Amino acid sequence: MSTGSMDAGDFAAWIGRTAERVSADAERLTRLDAAIGDGDHGLNLDRGFRAAVEALPGDVPPGKVLIAAGRAIVSKTGGASGPLYGTALRRAGKVFGDAADVDAAALGAALRAALEGVQDLGKAAEGDKTMVDALAPAVAAYEAALADGSDLAGCARAAADAAAKGADDTVPMRARKGRASYLGERSEGHMDPGASSTALVLEALADIAESPDAGGSDAAGEG
Amino acid sequence: MRKLINAPADVVSDALRGLAAAHPSLKVDPGTGTVIRGDAPRTGKVALVSGGGSGHEPLHAGFVGHGMLDAACCGEVFTSPVPDQIIAATMAVDGGAGVLHLVKNYTGDVMNFQMAAELAEDEDIEVVSVIVDDDVAVEDSTFTAGRRGTGATLFIEKIAGALAEEGAPLAEVAAVAREVNERSRSFGVALSSCTVPAAGTPTFELGEDEMELGIGIHGEPGRERVRIGTAAQIVDAALSAIDADMPLSGSEVLVLVNGMGGTPLIEQYVAYAAAAQWLEGHGATVVRRLVGPYVTSLEMAGCMISVCRVTPELVRLWDAPVETPGLRWGR
Repeated sequence: MSTGSMDAGDFAAWIGRTAERVSADAERLTRLDAAIGDGDHGLNLDRGFRAAVEALPGDVPPGKVLIAAGRAIVSKTGGASGPLYGTALRRAGKVFGDAADVDAAALGAALRAALEGVQDLGKAAEGDKTMVDALAPAVAAYEAALADGSDLAGCARAAADAAAKGADDTVPMRARKGRASYLGERSEGHMDPGASSTALVLEALADIAESPDAGGSDAAGEG
Repeated sequence: MRKLINAPADVVSDALRGLAAAHPSLKVDPGTGTVIRGDAPRTGKVALVSGGGSGHEPLHAGFVGHGMLDAACCGEVFTSPVPDQIIAATMAVDGGAGVLHLVKNYTGDVMNFQMAAELAEDEDIEVVSVIVDDDVAVEDSTFTAGRRGTGATLFIEKIAGALAEEGAPLAEVAAVAREVNERSRSFGVALSSCTVPAAGTPTFELGEDEMELGIGIHGEPGRERVRIGTAAQIVDAALSAIDADMPLSGSEVLVLVNGMGGTPLIEQYVAYAAAAQWLEGHGATVVRRLVGPYVTSLEMAGCMISVCRVTPELVRLWDAPVETPGLRWGR
């Protein structure tokens, strides 16, 4: 049985940690995008997650934290990444309802909903060289870890590792969605910027889940 | 990066403040990135809203005015506008007869306009969206996001705008927009990259003797990189690609030779001379033409050729009076 949980403060910390990571990596993401897109992914996402941090409401349950962050990202990011990340966060938030604490199973369901939201909107499948190539294996790894009895932190770490590998695996792919698809075979040999930023978001989630205030250590405290 | 800017983050809002100062007939809000006709909303008139990333000037903000767009939504440079902007513009121009969204086929533009159209529905505003996808450089759309919207956007905004100005209902205005899209094809060539202000470095590097064939309008690389040719060879590559997709022989055509932002007008006329000769030699009759930088990609050098196989009715609507910062005749 999995243990550990995250509260509203942990989800706010996740958004904050993601914003820091995106900001630190904005130039790298933009360079990845310049290779196969139009060179604005890092800049856009940095603007979006900064807006999400500013929009974080106090004293609301985790679901409302994610919905507010998602709305802010849709409102400030533009491009394809705004609707996709915004929808992912809003769909995830809706899964939580008004729950004050989110356990490993609920977080897994939220990540699954986020993936479905991204696929509904972007119509991308695995292998198209998009953020789905990081998010889909991350969700699968999370669910597998959960089934194996891992706690929330363990599941989140499995997801982050799978997302990082998924992003790496986009390098040889030929893009079939988004701007990169116009390059045909010339899109091969470059990491997809959306998959790369998705790996950052899940890495931030694992960091927060492993931090002293949340996830795994919480479980340790319960003994 | 050597650009006439104050700060990379302020380029769009500073440009909109300039547009407002230069064209007092427009209602410009640099804060929300919307440009609206001074006399909007007009009761009973179908309103046209378009938009996209900035950096393509005069498209779209420069085409707001009598006989063309009622509003434009200006996103960050090469980044589609957000739903908040689009719904704000839509509500500002709705005169009760519905709103036509003209959307270039880029993933981000399509998603953001789709979200805005759903919000408009909540406000009881009837919205019809027409997707512009005229770019023939995309060879197999089953393996891509589909053809991009490029130079034909100008044809569609002008012709649908003229019909809306005459008081036609939403369904008819949308139908003519779709018809122009179906009758139009474009092909672009880049001779240099541009530099997105916020990125600060060129999006791609071209060797001295190289060019990119089949580009979009966001500084993204094209279909293939080849050795640079003469103007006649470049025009032949573009028009041959268009003709292979939409045979031009026997047609009356409207032609746009469009500078991408960094090509002098003298070179655009060199290209137009070659295009006119090519079309005549291939059995097409040029009945209207436009030469100049209308759908640009910052300071990218190169050109795009767009062709529309027109009907007498489309020519009549093309000739109708227009009064916007970027296009003006007959008034």
